[in-house]
Amino acid sequence: MIPATFDYRRADSVADALALLHEYGDEAKLLAGGHSLLPLMKLRLATPQMLVDVGRLGQLSYVRQEGDEVAIGALTRHRDLEVSEVARHSVPVLAHVAGQVGDPQVRHRGTIGGSIAHGDPASDLPAVVLALGGTLVVDGPGGRREIPSTEFFTGFLETAVRPDEMLVEIRVASTAGGWSFQKFNRRAQDWAIVGAVAVAAADGATRVSLVHMGATPLRAAATESALAGGATPAEAAAVAAEGLEPPSDANASREYRRHLAEVLVRRALEDVSLGHG
Amino acid sequence: MPGSLLGNSVRRVEDPRFLTGQGSYVGNLHFDGLAVAAFVRSPFAHARIDGIDVGEARKAPGVVAVYTAEDLELAPFHGFMVLNPACGRPPLATGKVRFVGDVVAMVVAETEAAAVDAAELVVVDYDPLEPAVDTEAAVADGAPLQFEELGTNVVMGMADPPGPDLFAGATTVVRAKLENQRVAVVPMEGDAVLAVPGDDRYDLTVYVSTQMPHGVARTVADTLGLDVGRLRVVAPDVGGGFGAKAGVGAEHLAVIAAARRLGRPVRWVQTRSENMVGMPHGRGQVQWVEMGFDADGRITGMHCRVLADAGAYAGFGGILAVGPTRMMAQGVYAIPAIRYDVAVAVTNTTPMGAFRGAGRPEAAEMLERMMDIAADEMGTDPVELRRRNLLPAFTEPYTTVMGTTYDTGDYARPLDEAIRLAGIEELRAEQASRRTRGDRWQLGIGVSVYVEITGGAGTGEFGAVEVHRDGSATIRVGTSAHGQGHATAFSMIVADTLGIPMERIRFVQSDTAAVPRGGGTGGSRSLQTGGSAVLRAAEQVLEKARALTAAELEASPEDIVVQDGGLGVAGVPSRVVSWGELAAIAEDRGVPNVGGGGKDAGGKNAGGKDAGGEGAGGGPLAAELDFDQGGATYPFGAHVSVVEVDMETGQVRPVRHIAVDDCGRILNPLLVTGQQHGGIAQGMAQALWEEMCYDADGNPITASLAEYAMPSAAEVPFYETANTETPTFRNPLGAKGIGESGTIGSTPAVHNAVVDALSHLGVRHVAMPCTPERVWRAMVAARQGGPEAAAGGRLLWSDPPAAFDRLPVTGQAPAAADVDI
Ligand SMILES: Cc1cc2nc3c(=O)[nH]c(=O)nc-3n(C[C@H](O)[C@H](O)[C@H](O)COP(=O)(O)OP(=O)(O)OC[C@H]3O[C@@H](n4cnc5c(N)ncnc54)[C@H](O)[C@@H]3O)c2cc1C
Repeated sequence: MIPATFDYRRADSVADALALLHEYGDEAKLLAGGHSLLPLMKLRLATPQMLVDVGRLGQLSYVRQEGDEVAIGALTRHRDLEVSEVARHSVPVLAHVAGQVGDPQVRHRGTIGGSIAHGDPASDLPAVVLALGGTLVVDGPGGRREIPSTEFFTGFLETAVRPDEMLVEIRVASTAGGWSFQKFNRRAQDWAIVGAVAVAAADGATRVSLVHMGATPLRAAATESALAGGATPAEAAAVAAEGLEPPSDANASREYRRHLAEVLVRRALEDVSLGHG
Repeated sequence: MPGSLLGNSVRRVEDPRFLTGQGSYVGNLHFDGLAVAAFVRSPFAHARIDGIDVGEARKAPGVVAVYTAEDLELAPFHGFMVLNPACGRPPLATGKVRFVGDVVAMVVAETEAAAVDAAELVVVDYDPLEPAVDTEAAVADGAPLQFEELGTNVVMGMADPPGPDLFAGATTVVRAKLENQRVAVVPMEGDAVLAVPGDDRYDLTVYVSTQMPHGVARTVADTLGLDVGRLRVVAPDVGGGFGAKAGVGAEHLAVIAAARRLGRPVRWVQTRSENMVGMPHGRGQVQWVEMGFDADGRITGMHCRVLADAGAYAGFGGILAVGPTRMMAQGVYAIPAIRYDVAVAVTNTTPMGAFRGAGRPEAAEMLERMMDIAADEMGTDPVELRRRNLLPAFTEPYTTVMGTTYDTGDYARPLDEAIRLAGIEELRAEQASRRTRGDRWQLGIGVSVYVEITGGAGTGEFGAVEVHRDGSATIRVGTSAHGQGHATAFSMIVADTLGIPMERIRFVQSDTAAVPRGGGTGGSRSLQTGGSAVLRAAEQVLEKARALTAAELEASPEDIVVQDGGLGVAGVPSRVVSWGELAAIAEDRGVPNVGGGGKDAGGKNAGGKDAGGEGAGGGPLAAELDFDQGGATYPFGAHVSVVEVDMETGQVRPVRHIAVDDCGRILNPLLVTGQQHGGIAQGMAQALWEEMCYDADGNPITASLAEYAMPSAAEVPFYETANTETPTFRNPLGAKGIGESGTIGSTPAVHNAVVDALSHLGVRHVAMPCTPERVWRAMVAARQGGPEAAAGGRLLWSDPPAAFDRLPVTGQAPAAADVDI
């Protein structure tokens, strides 16, 4: 349980972090809350030679209302998001889900930026950002750029963030209408075996995303188009897993995951249509 | 004054230390010149070792030494009990590796980081062999052999002669194949050892996280050819054992050998990743059971064929199917005849050992599932079917058809009490209305009745009590508590007998330099054996003190009683000789000879020896002796469990668990309740969450706590615990063991509850652990009916492997099967 040897630098600013990433290239990794990266390092599944610690960049820890959007700093801890008045008021689904991540220890260390940049299909917050139609703001040598969440998750533990870039902000539309989060696991502290998020968006559409149903966090496209075509929650849920290839593991086979997706999406849609939120 | 403490919920004297972080474990001991060991482990379940290159590792920074089997030349060993003498394990693998995690080489370095880094530089040339992973596959014809020279993977086995027709008169015969899955033990502290070479008194001191320090000393001395008298073994605080810290491990022997070679202290503390594959696993039986019932629902007979997994190197856990599971096959029921055939097989998996209950949970689960399957088949109420078959209460020893002699029992009492506490009528009504409404969350109610063995194997235990000049006392005992609360319980006994306050009593255990011999703590033996020894020693001290007091006060010893602060003449509180004065008198003048060491009902004083200064000269006011209760005790009880099952997802939510456990006379209800709670959690975990799984190549796929679903407090309900008290005559405390009851009673109650919740769908069985997916599949299969329903459990039976037909027909278990764990 001892990681391989590595060097460690603490960044004082975003610019400093970017300079270090630039200097060390592929050998460097950003360290935020460390709750995804350090377990991998301790098992020696990840062996970065340089850790650039951004965990103390207080300027990236915020939840702000900006017009009809909410901006969240990448270094905001799950716990801070959970109790943020702004989040609870303007994007209650995000505050709620932040409170469902892991256990209290994880929520006090892990950050939303780390959770999203890690690109784990089993993580909760990426699915919420997808359902909210959010935007990810990254900073890098070429300056800041904005990436729509639908283009952000590119593969298993892979995202559109380049090695010399850093995720700095998450932007989502204020969405105070109906929402639902259905997380299915065997133990309270575990990642979801399958999760479903449904959000009634301002434009009247219902957006649905899924946790742990493929290589990336993803939107339930078939369900969304069924809903657009006037399907009932049960009808729309029946196609939740259409076109998806969820993993098989010790907790659940692919077949069972597909079944769970259907059940959870139906529950989420019923919940949303009851005006939960 | 006597009698004022026993039976009360006295707070644990151990807790302030632990709760304030002042415990001291192998991992935080400090020695000058300490070096640290790390192990190179096999990534293959079964492979030939064609070569090991340690060149780079030896050159790595901070490395002190790198050893392979060739360097240390340690003979194959058996860590606890010998299942098969031909299957000894070389501490460092020779020729072959036999499971993922098998130890191939050891690096000793100045720091843990240096050791772990260098271990990665050891290059092992493996030639993979086909593994036998699953127990049934291991006994199939043509299975890859772990020990080629044996010509079979069956390393122990015996069959009963056919005998009379077990099902004569039966109107119903139920058959089921039941799997009692392999579980990991996962104590909070893993394995740990620190070996310190010679000082002037000892050639070697070993600090080890063990339940049985004296056992470790014996095995280490035997295995390494050391003089046990020159070897000191100490168990400092131990963060849980649950049976997995019995005996000696490969890493222990390697670390000790390294320390001796290097002439410096060497330590190894197991990581969690190592723990999941390196510490012995428990359970792991497949049972084919047939049970006949007559028209009145009475059992006519039972045929069990039990296939036990021993893991690699014939791990001693395989013996448990031949020992305790067999001994307890009749359980609480009147079964006229039982045929029990058992085969134990080696597999290319982590060696098997003991886990809380060790063979008895497997027997209870087997019987209690069969009773529910039979009740379902016959359309009888499961509680009623049990009542019809329970053995009547007895206070004289009762010998079962398995040849097991129970001490005392009254099985209907805890069953009645558990049913009453559960309010089963209301629960059944609630279940019925949920079924009528077609609720998403359906209710299941499960019952179990069990009896088990504690303090068996007929081993005595050492206990000593000494009173000092300052009026305080010291207890020394050969048991080795690691969480159970012996310091509290045993101090209560001495305080109760002598009137010395608990806070003035020192408790010494777990150090072979301070305690001459001991059986350690396992098999729920400690209070009944060690506690009784301490009681007897305290009584002897009291006899001596009464004689001294009588002489001092010129009174008759018969009139001397315990008073506040010491001893005095009954009814004359002004004339008290304090314990400090008595100790001084004894040391200065000696103790008159009193008849200590006498026998009493049930208890034998094997080798009782007075340490007091008898005859000429002074000596300490003390007594030490061995107490042997001459036979095991048989605690029993009944559990009722209530679960909710989500009909859409198969998720199981345990909502209530009622446990009525009878452990004889209760000394401290707080300690008993604590044991019940921990036991229930682990038993419930087996029913619902935990299973150690391997893929077809023998790779463990649940080798971290992210995958191995050990529950937390968030998953389990509040427990409703109660007790009945049926004393045993075997020891003066009237006590039986409580350490494992919770585990034994809970698994089948929870399991039965899950199946009960689904029974209206036609589901008759779900394999453990009852994961959401398994429950869902059972429901799907039952709804579909037809041949697919097999997977859901309508088809409960498949023929046992042919290996059972080739077992030696002996009708009795080998001596090695007599265990106390
Ligand atoms: C026991 C346990 C249970 C958990 N349960 C859950 C759960 O139920 N649901 C869930 O969603 N998650 C769960 N997690 C994961 C947890 O939420 C993590 O904290 C989170 O996924 C990663 O955030 P972090 O800040 O810890 O990132 P780190 O571990 O520090 O980093 C993760 C990765 O992202 C990169 N990174 C971090 N920040 C940035 C950035 N700003 N820009 C670019 N790259 C960055 C790092 O270089 C690294 O590769 C659990 C974790 C643990 C240990």
